Formats: sequence, C-alpha cells, structure tokens
Amino acid sequence: MKYDAERLESMLPLPEATFHILTALADCDRHGYAILQDVAARTQGRFRLGAGTLYRSLQRMLDQGFIVEARERPAPEDDDERRRYYRITPLGRAVARAESRRLAGLVALARARGLAPRGV
Amino acid sequence: MKRVHELLLYLYPAAFRAEYADEMRRIVADGNRQASGVFGTLAFWLDVVTDALTSAAGAHWDLLRQDLGYMRRSLARSPGFVVTAIAVSALGIGVTTTVFTLTDRVLLRQLPYAGAERLVKLWEAVPQYSRMELSPANYRDLKSRARSLETFAAYYFNPVNLVGEGEPLRVRGVAVTGEFFVTLGAEPLLGRVLDGADDRESAEPVAVLSYRLWQSLFGGEPVLGRTVRLDGTPYEVVGVMPQDFTYPARDSDLWTTARFGPDDFEDRNNNYLYGLARLEAGHTLEEARSELTLVAARLEEEYPETNQDVSVTMIRLRDDVPRDARLMLWGLAGASVCVLLIACTNLASLLLARGLERDKELAVRTAMGAGRERLVRQLLTENLALAGLGGFIGLLSANAVVPHLVRLVPASLPVGEPSAADARVLWFAVLVTGVTGIGFGVLPAMRGRRGMELSGLREGVRAGIGGRRQRLRSLLVAVQVMATVVLLTTSGLLMRALVRVSSQDPGFRTEDVLAVQTPVAWTAYQETARRAALYDRILTETRALPGVSHAAFTSYLPMEIGGGIWPVKIPGREETGGSGRQGPWTASLRFVTPGFFATMGIPLRAGRDFDERDNGTARYVAVVSESFVERFWPDEDPLGKRFEFGFAEREVAGVVGDIRVRGLERPSEPQVYLPYRQVPDGSLIGYVPKELVLRAAASGETLVAEVRRIVRRADAELPVGKVRTLAEVVGEQTTPRRVQVGLLGAFTALSLTLSGIGLYGLLAFSVSQRRGELGLRIALGAPVSGIVAMVMRQAAVLTAAGASAGIAVGYAAARGLESLLFGVRPGDAPTYLIAGGIVAILALSACALPALRAARVDPTEALRTE
Repeated sequence: MKYDAERLESMLPLPEATFHILTALADCDRHGYAILQDVAARTQGRFRLGAGTLYRSLQRMLDQGFIVEARERPAPEDDDERRRYYRITPLGRAVARAESRRLAGLVALARARGLAPRGV
Repeated sequence: MKRVHELLLYLYPAAFRAEYADEMRRIVADGNRQASGVFGTLAFWLDVVTDALTSAAGAHWDLLRQDLGYMRRSLARSPGFVVTAIAVSALGIGVTTTVFTLTDRVLLRQLPYAGAERLVKLWEAVPQYSRMELSPANYRDLKSRARSLETFAAYYFNPVNLVGEGEPLRVRGVAVTGEFFVTLGAEPLLGRVLDGADDRESAEPVAVLSYRLWQSLFGGEPVLGRTVRLDGTPYEVVGVMPQDFTYPARDSDLWTTARFGPDDFEDRNNNYLYGLARLEAGHTLEEARSELTLVAARLEEEYPETNQDVSVTMIRLRDDVPRDARLMLWGLAGASVCVLLIACTNLASLLLARGLERDKELAVRTAMGAGRERLVRQLLTENLALAGLGGFIGLLSANAVVPHLVRLVPASLPVGEPSAADARVLWFAVLVTGVTGIGFGVLPAMRGRRGMELSGLREGVRAGIGGRRQRLRSLLVAVQVMATVVLLTTSGLLMRALVRVSSQDPGFRTEDVLAVQTPVAWTAYQETARRAALYDRILTETRALPGVSHAAFTSYLPMEIGGGIWPVKIPGREETGGSGRQGPWTASLRFVTPGFFATMGIPLRAGRDFDERDNGTARYVAVVSESFVERFWPDEDPLGKRFEFGFAEREVAGVVGDIRVRGLERPSEPQVYLPYRQVPDGSLIGYVPKELVLRAAASGETLVAEVRRIVRRADAELPVGKVRTLAEVVGEQTTPRRVQVGLLGAFTALSLTLSGIGLYGLLAFSVSQRRGELGLRIALGAPVSGIVAMVMRQAAVLTAAGASAGIAVGYAAARGLESLLFGVRPGDAPTYLIAGGIVAILALSACALPALRAARVDPTEALRTE
C-alpha cells in the first residue's frame, strides 16, 4: 500500500519507544512483555522500556493505526489468554521505513562531516 | 513493593488501567524477580517509579488531547451554544471577579505594611463620640505611659500651598510625628523617611514626597536636597516614598513633621491628632486596650476639668473601614453572587439541554465500551474549556472595569488603587471558573444521565423528560427567579433611598453657584487686616465680572469636612443634658464675608447679614441658624441675645435658614456664622476663609479663567484649587451611593437579561421535549387555550415559588443593609410589588412564545415522530 509521503513526513520523527516497538513487531506478532524483551535484547540492554511507557506507546500506536491487536493467537499450549498480541500495520511499516530513511540520512550527513565512521 | 506498584497504577487514567494494569503488574513482578542484589532492586524500582510518573502524565495528556480534539469537533457543530455558554460564564465570572477585587483590597487583604496585624488606630472616646481625635497633650501622656505599644505616632491632615515649582499648587500634606514611618514599617524609595530626630525643635523643616507628587511635579528628576516652599516656609526634600505607599489617605501628597507649640500642650480640648500605634510584640489588642483605659482613667483623675469621661478607643488598622463602605461592598458582593448564581444556573440549563441532545451520541460511546469515567472526563474537559474561556474574558473585563470603581472606595482608606488583577484575583477567578465549570456543568449533566446510557439508543428520547431531569430544570428556573428577585428588591430599595437622599433640600442653592478653592497660606496672612485686604480686593473684582451677581468667602463649604464642633456657653445658664466637651451645647462654626448668605441662597429669617462694620474693634456678633435658635432660645426672640463661642462673647445679629452640613443624609445641626474680620490675629488657624463662592448666570471656562487672573493679581503665590459648582459638591457627597446603585442596577439588568434568556430557553426546551404528549392532547381534543394555559401554568408555579424565596432572601438582605436605606423601610411594599411584577412580566413573556408554539403542535407529525 502506498502512503502519501507528506502524511508520513508529518508523523516524524517517531518517539524512540515507538520506533523500537515497530522494529520489534517487524518480523512477527508479539505481546507486550515479548516486545520489551526483544528491545532489551536487540539493544543489549541499552534501551529499556518501562511498563508504563510501553503500554502508553502501544495505546497511542493503536490510535494512530501503526499497530493492531492480532486476532490469531499461538497454539493453546503456548498461549496465555490474558496476553494481547500486537501486529504491525502497513502504515506502521511505512512510517518505520520513513523513520529509518530519516535516521540514515542523518548518519550520512554526520559521516560527510567525519562524525561517523565510514562503512558502518 | 507490590503495594507500591498498585498505588502507582492509580496515577494512570481509569480506562488505561482497566486495559493494561494486569500486563503491567506481570512485567513489573518479573523485573522485580530478575533484579539482583539490594542495589539492583533499588535501581529497578527507581526505574519503575520514574517510568510511572512520566508515562502516567503522558497518558493523561493523550486523553486530554483526544478530548480537546473531540470537543473542537463537537462544539463546532453548535456555535450558538458555544457563544452563549462562553458569554454567560464571562458575565458571571467577570462580575464576581470585579467585586472580589474591590472587596479583597478593602476588607480582606492584609495591609501592605510589615507586621500589619500589630498596627492599631487610637482615638479619644467620650460618651457621645467613640472616636474623637486626640489632643496633643493627651497623645503625649498616653504615649509616655503606655507599655503595650511598641511605637505610637500621631498625624493630622495639613493641606499646604506649594510654591516655587511652576503654578502655585495646593497639595495634600500630612503632618506626622517622628514615629509615623517606623510604626508603619515603611521604607522610602529614595532618601530617608522622617524620624525622631526631625521632631526636635531645632531640626530643619524637611519633607518626604509621595511618588505621585515626585512624578507630577518634578518629573521623577533627582529631588533629594531640593527646597520646596510650603505655605511660605522652605522645606528640604529628604525622601520619596514608593508608589504603593499612600497612608493615611489614597491622595496623600507629602509628609512633613508635626510641630507642637506650648499652646498645643496646654489645651487638652484641642483635638486634632489621629493616633497610629504598633502593639508591642506579644501583647494582644485586648491587653493594650485595658492598659490604655487605665492610663486614660488616671489622666481623668489628674485633669478632671478637661478629661472627664474621656477614655480611649483602639481598633486594628485593618478594621478602620467606615461602616457604610463595608456594607456597600458586602452588598455588592452579595449581588455579584446572585449574578454568578444566575449565570451558573443558566449554564447548567444550557448544558442540561445539550446533554439531552447528546444522549444518543453518549449512549453509542457507552455501548462501544467508553466507561462512565471516560464520559465524565470528556464532559469535564468541555465544560472547563468553555468556563475557562468565559473566565478569561471575564477576567479581562474585570481588569478593565475595576479602575473605574475606585470611587466606591473611600479615599481615606489605607488601600492602594484597586487596579490590575494580581495572583490572588487570578486564583479567585480560577476557583470561580472551576466551580462554574464543574459544579454547574458536569454534575447536573451526569445526574441527569444516571442509569440511562442505553436508553438513549432507542429512537426518541422520551426518557429525557423523566422526573429527575424535569425537577432539576424546575429547580434551575426557580433559583434564577429567586436570585433575580433578590437583586431587584435590594437594588430597588437602594434606588429609592438614593432618590430620597437626592431630593433632600440642602438648605442652600446648588444651581448657578460656583465654588473656587483659594487656600490662603496661614503663615503669610496671620494678620486679619492683611487677609481682609486680600478678600476685599478679590471680591470687588469678582463682583465686577459680567454675569456675577454675588460673591463671598467662607471657611468651609457645606458637605465638606471641617469647621469643627464648638462648645456654646450662654451666660447665666447651666449646661444640661450632656457632659464633657461634646454635649448638646455645641454648634459648628464658619467664618464668612458679607454677602455669603445671598450668594448661597440661604434665607435670612431675622436680623441682618454681616457688613463692613463687623470688624475687630466692633462688638463681636454672630449669625445663627434656625436650629441653633430652636435649641437655645426656643420661644424667645434671639436677636441681641449673647453667648460665648469661639473664644469670645458674641451677640446674635441675624438668623438664617438651616443647611445640611454633614451631608444630605444627616439632619441639620446648629450653625454659627462669624464675620471674617472678627478672627483675632494669629488664632483659629484652620478657620480662615478659603473658599470663594460666586453666583453667576453662566459658569463657563471664561469666568473661571477670569477668576484665576483676579486671584493671581491679588497674590501670585495663592493657588487656585478645585473649581466646582455647588451641585457638584453635593453630588460628590452621594457619589459612592450613586456608583453603588448604578452598579447594582447594571447587575440587575444583566441578571434580568440572563434570567429572561434562561427562562425562555428552558421553557422552549421543555415544550420541544413534550411535543409528543402535547400532540396527543391536541389529537384527543384539548383546546388550544387549554394547551397555552397548561404551559403558562407550569411557568407561573415555578416563578411564584422562586419569587417567594427571592422576596424572603431579599428582605433578609435589606435588613442587613438597613443603615444604607435612609428612611426606606427594608419591607417597603411597593418595591417588592414592583420587583414581583417585573419578574412576572419577564416570566410570562419568556414563556409566551414556547406556549404558543406548543399550541401549534401538529398532532399527526408529533405522534409520528414518537
């Protein structure tokens, strides 16, 4: 699905927590705790989401349409029915891409001034 | 720790909690388990608390943003409602804030002096007068003996002529003792204040300027060390006070040192000092009172001749507000509460009506899972936003209006100019706005909505006509009517009182008489002959001006403070009916030039006016008023009678009509007029004639300019002060009353308009809600007149209930304001009848249109929509 570039631009920059959550949901649906663990693992514990920040961000992202609650659930033996699973939407994916491009552009700028190592 | 997290969860909005609390608990419990060691656990919990505080605030902000967005869309659909709601809140909040600003400055706020709660005012007290100025001798003795007073200062008003800085100028000086400024704890803006050293006899005359005089006369230029001439004596300027220091009166211009001569201390009847003291720390007012009463009793023993029955009155400076001013402000505060009540009930009706319209929408949101808390929150946001906008506009208007109401505050009060709103007023406005928005916005709406979230989903909102809402609306109508009647009756009574006061005959002519202040400097005119030469010259030239028929000088104009009350002694007669200085054997004094009575239009009843023969070498004479004659020689011919008055024996040469001396509201009192040439050289300083009165067919600018020129030619250092017509002098006396009646009238007009709109709105809404029922009645054959009568009856019952309550409350309020009513009884029947009539007409007109509309309901259409 194509999104109006201007609309996507207006949503940037994304709050750091939102970007991390979108990244955590990029490859599969996850529940809140799993998102938290994924983010901690991927950032080697440098970025820790608090529970309140996580759910506030999730609620905002639901409102903004970046994510939805997933209807499909894991096999009953792996499931905990009190848990909710979140799935990234095409809009969420588009906005995450746009944010990545924006960040990449910033890194390129910094690199041009010798502030970031080449080839990283 | 679990409990801490449970508490932290309460920081989040309820909806958020309901949605995510379980998962958050689990995450926090896991984290807690994984945290290792004391420091690890501590760090973890620090993170949890920080996260909760920041994310909870964020969650609330998210909701608020949603609500505001929702509100914007929802309100944009009903701009009429928005404008009305904002206007109504602005009116209510504006009026209340305006009156609060005044009341706060005058009655509630701590005075702007350090340790102000220890400041007290002192007077001598005799059985007839509880507050009489102190005599210097009594002041000196009380001061030296009182132990419960840290400092004790005295002052008197000492208007002086300031010359040498442009035009001669009359300034409002205050002569103070050395402890004056230290008692008040006042610091100068520039230079120094007066102190004990300035009280010494050898001290140079010095003056401290007010900020206002410094700006107006010296343009804020460096002024310390400069010399100003006051009544001919050079004074060195040693200080300038800050802008907000104005004590003892709002219009004080400068402060000089009070100098007492030996004569001042010899005569204990020479009362002209105001006492101002600071209680010693740790002493209560009561202790100080008891102590000073004992000291006064001792003085009474030592000086039985002069101090018989003389005690002391002491009150806190904060409480030194005239009773009438206090009553007026409380009256206004009550009126503003009425206006606010009407505005609030109006707002509540508006929101109630809107709530009914929105039932369906709210019901849909409820069905979709929005909790009660969520809906209340939405309503709260909307109503507070509306009230907030109203409050903002109200505050702006209050800010604009307050400076114009300064005339309500007597100039003698130690309060600064009530001007721009400050933090206190802002908080008050916020409070009123909150009460308006929450109390009268959300609660009625929610009360009406209780238990009917789902009913709104059904087509047709018959549930809305249910008993509870109907009762609430009826209550709102009745309250509005009640508040309107209270305002109508009290303002009506005060208006009648104003008419009565204004129609009092002052005893002199107010038309075509001009009064020009020409305050001769005492120091330059100590000799009577010199003064007489000045008056004669000015009078001769003034009388020659075209259009001027009469001119004269007097020491004080009627209605102006001054003149004093003097003892009367009649040779061969014992004083009866009173004791001490202030018995009934007194009269007030005025020195006048020949022609005064003709100029003022005071009728000569018997004998003659003064003439050129009445000089210092002739027999001392007096012209007395009719009430003087009634008191002292009721059944005798007063002409030729002799009495002692003003340090000399005088013979009655004439009798004139009474004039009202102390205002239109006070009865006439005995008056003695003395000829200006019979003031002994160097005595009776304050009684030198200084008001030029002239009767002229037209009192235009040209005439005033001519008079100024004449005065200037006669003495270049003689300032020309205020120029007013006597009608203005009399008018000034009723100014606070007129302003109050005007304000109350404006409040009443506002409340009538608001009530009219409110009643119409409520009745129209009620009719529209009853369309089905009315249609059915018409379909069943009810006559049109019956339908109209039914709707009108409903309004009439509510109006009658509200009006009865209003009359009861109005009567109670009028009893409280009785001393302002001047001869109008608090239960004055015509006022209540008129108020009731106005409200009845208002209610009938407000419901006429809805009633007619009800009668025109098309039965088939009305039934179809059911």
